[in-house]
Amino acid sequence: MRERIAIGLAVGAAVLLSYNLYQMFMVLPDEAMQGAIYRILFFHAPSAIVGMIGYFVALTFSVLYLSSGKLRWDSLSASVIEVSLVFSVVNIVTGSIWARIIWGIWWTWDYRLTSALVCVLIFAGYLMMRRAIEEPTQRARLSAALCIFGCVDVVIVWKSIEWFRNNHPGPVLTIRTGGGTMDPAMERIFYLNLLAILLMAIALVLVRTRQEATALQIDSLRRLANAA
Amino acid sequence: MDPRNFTFMFYGFLAAWLIVFLYVISLARRGARLKKELENVRELVSSSQRSTSSPVQSAEPTHKQ
Repeated sequence: MRERIAIGLAVGAAVLLSYNLYQMFMVLPDEAMQGAIYRILFFHAPSAIVGMIGYFVALTFSVLYLSSGKLRWDSLSASVIEVSLVFSVVNIVTGSIWARIIWGIWWTWDYRLTSALVCVLIFAGYLMMRRAIEEPTQRARLSAALCIFGCVDVVIVWKSIEWFRNNHPGPVLTIRTGGGTMDPAMERIFYLNLLAILLMAIALVLVRTRQEATALQIDSLRRLANAA
Repeated sequence: MDPRNFTFMFYGFLAAWLIVFLYVISLARRGARLKKELENVRELVSSSQRSTSSPVQSAEPTHKQ
């Protein structure tokens, strides 16, 4: 059943992405100041949003693990973080390519970029730590603690464009500015691409969660074999 | 306008898809490895269960005789 849902979501994401790519390249005009490269925004920002949503979902699972002690929540948290990390890396790499043309540099240590990089490093560390700890309960407890710590940085990433002066552009979406900063046709494709990337991320999380369940099954069978 | 504008847009799209594609490949490989590992461990468990129950099986014919 879970596999069918994952396939359905992936197909939905593919259809939506095809439509969005057509709109991006064939319908929407170049941006007046930035030219063609502004289209990176359609992947750069939705990847960041999907990543951040994922980290907050993982935070919920981590808290549920700490309150219930059920390893299922830990597995879910790890799966969501891994997929979120992929989209955070997409966010940083595409942002860097955009910056090379618009700012003339690949990278600058402003609040937004630095906190986003720290976020990637924290959650990459989370996944490395999980590999280093064999005992499932200890691994789950430490992972939950690190996830909670990492989510503090996610809030800083999210709010940094409002709290600090940055090279990074400020908020442009109507939901944050009240309107007038982005063309409605561009914003529509932005949200559709956000939906497509979100569907893709959910499909990947479903696949990854199944793998985590298999890993737990292998672990318990190994214990059974050792006991016998 | 920077003449590399369109080229770098292409690089951006390429990088985004490449990262996702590489992750999907790694996910598929990990899935295959876990499946194989699960089969091996299941075999190990069933063989260890057979070996612990084998003295009883060998004793059965003696009782029948």
